[in-house]
Amino acid sequence: MTVATRPEPGPAREYHFPKFVRDRLENGLNIIVATVPKLPIVSTVMVIDATALGDAKGKEGIAELTAKALREGTASRDGTELTLDLEKLGTSLETGADWDSTVASMTVLKSRLPEAFEILAEVITTPAFNEEDIERLKAERVAERMQILDEPRGLAEESFSRFVYAGKARFAEPMSGSTKSVSAIRRDDIAEFYRNNYVPQAMTLIMVGDVTPEEGIGLATKAFGEWKGERATTPVNADTPARASRAIEIVPKADAAQSEIRIGHVGVPRSHPDYFRIVVMNAVLGGLFSSRINLNLREAHGYTYGASSYFDWRRQSGPFVISTAVQSEVTAAAITETLKEIDRMREKKISEDELTLATSYLEGVFPIRYETTAAIASALANLAIFGLPEDYYDTYRENIGAVTTRHVLNAARKYVKPEELQILVVGNPELIKQPLEALAFGPASVREAVEA
Amino acid sequence: MQIPIDTYTLANGLVVTLSQDNTAPIVAVNLWYHVGSANEREGRTGFAHLFEHMLFQGSEHVGANEHFELVQRAGGTLTGSTWLDRTNYFETVPSNQLALALWLEADRMGALLPAMTQKKLDTQRDVVKNERRWSVDNQPYGTWWEKLPELAFPEWHPFHHSLIGSMEHLSEASLEDVEQFFRTYYTPDNAVLSIAGDFDPVEARKLVEQFFGQIPRGQGKPPLQRIELPSKFDTTLRRVVEDDVSLPRLYLAFRTPVFGSERYYESSVTAAILGMRRGSRLYRALVRERQIAADASAFTFDLAKGSDLLIVDVTARPETSADQLEHEVERQIDKLVKDGVTAEEVERAVALIQTDLVTALQSASERADRISMYATLLGDPTLVNKQAEKYEAVTADRINSFVREYLGSDNRAKLLYVPRSEDPASTDAELAEVAAS
Repeated sequence: MTVATRPEPGPAREYHFPKFVRDRLENGLNIIVATVPKLPIVSTVMVIDATALGDAKGKEGIAELTAKALREGTASRDGTELTLDLEKLGTSLETGADWDSTVASMTVLKSRLPEAFEILAEVITTPAFNEEDIERLKAERVAERMQILDEPRGLAEESFSRFVYAGKARFAEPMSGSTKSVSAIRRDDIAEFYRNNYVPQAMTLIMVGDVTPEEGIGLATKAFGEWKGERATTPVNADTPARASRAIEIVPKADAAQSEIRIGHVGVPRSHPDYFRIVVMNAVLGGLFSSRINLNLREAHGYTYGASSYFDWRRQSGPFVISTAVQSEVTAAAITETLKEIDRMREKKISEDELTLATSYLEGVFPIRYETTAAIASALANLAIFGLPEDYYDTYRENIGAVTTRHVLNAARKYVKPEELQILVVGNPELIKQPLEALAFGPASVREAVEA
Repeated sequence: MQIPIDTYTLANGLVVTLSQDNTAPIVAVNLWYHVGSANEREGRTGFAHLFEHMLFQGSEHVGANEHFELVQRAGGTLTGSTWLDRTNYFETVPSNQLALALWLEADRMGALLPAMTQKKLDTQRDVVKNERRWSVDNQPYGTWWEKLPELAFPEWHPFHHSLIGSMEHLSEASLEDVEQFFRTYYTPDNAVLSIAGDFDPVEARKLVEQFFGQIPRGQGKPPLQRIELPSKFDTTLRRVVEDDVSLPRLYLAFRTPVFGSERYYESSVTAAILGMRRGSRLYRALVRERQIAADASAFTFDLAKGSDLLIVDVTARPETSADQLEHEVERQIDKLVKDGVTAEEVERAVALIQTDLVTALQSASERADRISMYATLLGDPTLVNKQAEKYEAVTADRINSFVREYLGSDNRAKLLYVPRSEDPASTDAELAEVAAS
């Protein structure tokens, strides 16, 4: 009644990442246009080299607050008008800042692009930064902080960063600032951050969809051609580790139904020459559903709904993190199994079978990742943000395919460091403290208070 | 914008839809089974979803977890999900792997039971219990998924009980339940198979016939017990829930016409006017102007049977009390009912919905899923091509008559989350009793 023999694949059809055209205005603003005419829509992304690493000490959150304040009004429209004008065109402008960029993006039907683009340009070049809007955004951030800290996963992510990075390192502080740091921000700080960072030579405009290079460049020249600005930023060191030895910490949540576990250490920067080897290694360790850690914790033991690992890729060294949530009673057992998988990864080469599972997955899903104009635009944004080579997407699959089991073993030995692992658990100390201390990671300190 | 749709039915009752698009060398395979938590028998809440997990545990010719591995090795993505009235499974793969994806789906539709063991069931039961802890119990406001349907549907109704299920019921699920559920609901005549993307139609039809053609038709499934409901609550229902949260949150639900009906589009546009994006009424009034809310949104549940729900979801700012939140949200709704909407508000909502319709259809997986949805719930896959015009036909007059009929105080269910009080003696149940009005 069913067919017993598994079918073999036919010949694969070729796929190419969409072609794109680059240009640069006289004032230094970069432009990338990719014509993808399948549907009558265009995604526009403005990438600005204005990052959370540029936040003033004690006023962390300026970059994000500036990005959010952009949408609150311009020289000629107030915030409500601006929002409604865009939404009547069927779009809205999303803005946000992270460790490596500020991004303003929108997707709009082609017929409405010129009008929407004009508003986008107005937002970038003439934001009003009204005092009362900034105060409201600050209050919204405080409410958001309360919600993040109520949420075991949010609390775990944030506590892990504070635990892994040295207190003076920017990566230790929340990307969008704490209640205290955001409360200290004034309108003038926002205006100054804007003046120093939002300048044409620090920007890349990306347009993808039913748009030709001529149309895109034409819109950009008209809107940004006359615009000027002077860049003034001081890069900070953000990625100093807190310590070079193992450590374990509990963030108490008395009634927790589960323990949220984070295990890892400071990783490597995005520009690392071993990037592809690390990506394949991580896929086998914890990146895929069929990864060693997930199959062990979920499918063999039923400890969890899911377990995964990732390298958080940033210009400076983001963390390497293994993340899972388990029943309180098996917290220590789940950590022990995870440590075993780390050791196994570093002991001997993975099988050819495991290697090809990871590489053929990463090669195969490549076209699936770039089905939408927004996804293509975001891929092109990464070229600008991380300074990737122009042929990065054309050679991606080749680079993945060139990784061997020997490379994976070396990557595991070099970039996963059992002696430096930091373990953080958000959970019920009464149930987990004693078993965690038996792990020989030293005393499990219980964090007294979490900074809002 | 129209996407091509070719529909036919196999002799065993399986509805097949094909939607070709050769732009990229990828293809999506999507299966909807017309069964969800509503079909669970007494004492087995959570079973439809637990069963979905079992479908990834192998079948006659596929080993445990091999389904995941084979699709990922082929360079594809996959998942499944369970809802009140359906369960869906999907793969997106490079187009030369279409046969593999179809074969895997056919093997589990035709021959799941030989691979089922007590050990697999026990492990997935633990996984699902952890899913419950993760997504419901250990998540602020996480219980709203079960408490709102519990409040908005009467106890006898199939949508009343929890989709994720109680720990007790999950513990009781047996291999006999698996067998019975499979034989009753996982049959070709209770499913829709959609293929979207890069394929050759002749080849695709041949593969579908080869892999699915011999699977026998089912014996027919039992009808849902009493699904019809009066069109409104005819009262205001209210429940207060204490949770480990810092900020109060209100879920305000209205009983509304079912998904796919003409009046559904009025409900959908009303939700967008109230709570879609930052230019919506509630966002502007409560977050921006009055500054009493941290966030505000509104959406429909999209249920095609019994009744649908339009849900408003507003979280308070730290200075706002739960009472004030409730009062201010209802004041906005009352104002909407009394004064109505403008043509401009309708235009804004419809423009946003239209862009979303087009952007969603870029992905093969989304196209296949929507086609399956219209075919399963409304019996017409081509409805995916008629959505834009249905939304365009909504006018301010239609919205005004809709809100007068459905958004009044005789049709509200309020689920109010409040920070847990220090007094350990007060419990959910007591609060609910006191608060009932």
